[in-house]
Amino acid sequence: MDLSSQSHTAATCPVSLTINGERRSFDIHPWVSLLDLLRGPLELTGTKKGCDHGQCGACTVMINGERMNSCLKLAVSLDGAEITTIEGLGTPDNMHPMQKAFLEHDAYQCGYCTPGQICSAVALVKEGHAHERHEIREQMSGNLCRCGAYTNIADAIEEVMGAEKAAPVREAAE
Amino acid sequence: MRHFSYTRAESVSEAVAALAANPEAKVLAGGTNLVDLMKYDVMRPAAIVDINRLPLKQIEDLPNGGLRIGALVSNTTVAYDERVKERYPLLSSAILAGASPQLRNAATTGGNLLQRTRCYYFYDPSTPCNKREPGSGCSAIGGVNRIHAILGASESCIATHPSDMCVALAALSAAVEVEGPQGKRYIPFADFHRLPGDRPESDNTLAQGEMVVAVRLEGNHFAGHHTYLKLRDRLSYAFALVSVAAAMEVADGKIVELRVALGGVAHKPWRDMLAEAEFAGQPAEDVTFRRIAQRLLTGAKGQGENDFKIPLAEKVIVRALRQAAAGRPQDQSVKAIQ
Repeated sequence: MDLSSQSHTAATCPVSLTINGERRSFDIHPWVSLLDLLRGPLELTGTKKGCDHGQCGACTVMINGERMNSCLKLAVSLDGAEITTIEGLGTPDNMHPMQKAFLEHDAYQCGYCTPGQICSAVALVKEGHAHERHEIREQMSGNLCRCGAYTNIADAIEEVMGAEKAAPVREAAE
Repeated sequence: MRHFSYTRAESVSEAVAALAANPEAKVLAGGTNLVDLMKYDVMRPAAIVDINRLPLKQIEDLPNGGLRIGALVSNTTVAYDERVKERYPLLSSAILAGASPQLRNAATTGGNLLQRTRCYYFYDPSTPCNKREPGSGCSAIGGVNRIHAILGASESCIATHPSDMCVALAALSAAVEVEGPQGKRYIPFADFHRLPGDRPESDNTLAQGEMVVAVRLEGNHFAGHHTYLKLRDRLSYAFALVSVAAAMEVADGKIVELRVALGGVAHKPWRDMLAEAEFAGQPAEDVTFRRIAQRLLTGAKGQGENDFKIPLAEKVIVRALRQAAAGRPQDQSVKAIQ
């Protein structure tokens, strides 16, 4: 998407967003999703497009501190909002504790769902509603992993939460 | 997605005026359902009225011990609000049984009421669907109908209402506060959603130009005896095959007042207030619960693939009433049914 070519057409709308701490202003068409804005003109391709229908969670980012599916948000409706993407959480040299934990616990295989999983997990810890392992699993239900790394994802989150380790016998069907 | 004109409303009256002026306009709140349907080309609004700036984000106390929940309060905020958890734990539980944390953060109270069915054919513009395109026919009748209605369906439509939150609101006899060109009015929850009849394109009784501004709850005595029990094809993040919101006032082992609303079985949250009243004074025990279940399912009709819902619903109602009577509501994280 070439923003400059759209900036003077009648159908565009002015929008200001603070993305990973940096304030940015755009003129965009109202049908552009936050996900497409991030991955297209902003080149923040860490956020992934999976189903594009709010079913898989790969596009999860934080909007004003709350995790949401960026595929279902029209960017124009977020004027003034603060957005945090995976790029805003940490860098390879200075990782967020959740990113480190995912590495240490091998909490992925192909990695496609991982940015969404990590954004979701960071928000989960901040929300404070999950304490036990079964609550972590329930609160992560909006993030699908087709490789099936769920057990290790829950391990990584448990470590970051400082929760007690789960009982030695794990659920076989996890 | 098709193109549309976009208006950001700065007041309720401005939003109402924009809606009244253009029958093709749709309200955008959280967007979790509308944007999805626009991507599938199922909904094709010519104009979007964005109401996210409106001052409808408060949960306020009402003088009668009730609450007024603004239309833009997120599902998450309602579910974890201390007053809601204390006075309407059934509502909190039902919300947490639905969707995912990401969706609940974005989804609003008003939007939850207005979400559309998840009937496969409604979502597929290449197939006939009377709800999407009036007069085109119903593909679900005689088609794939495992998730469809067993109560209150018509020859035009056998779709179900997908909400969990609304099942609890039905049981709690909420009122929907709406504003339109003629001013403000309150719609009893039972009258807000419609049965399909021969106009399945109308999900609810909102008039042209009207919008939901709040949901109002009266004070009640059900906080001790309630449950939301939801059965679905996987343990989380799926729509109900059958769900039951049950609330009860019990004294000396007998039912004083009974509320039962069913989800996943009809075009609207299903409640039969006459049937509920018949069981006042009856012992709060399994024999009664089975009679209640059978009474509520009077006239239930399967469509083939969803025949299983009738015996399933009977069992879920009994289990839910048992939980409510015992004061042991279903835990939405621990999936085992107590």
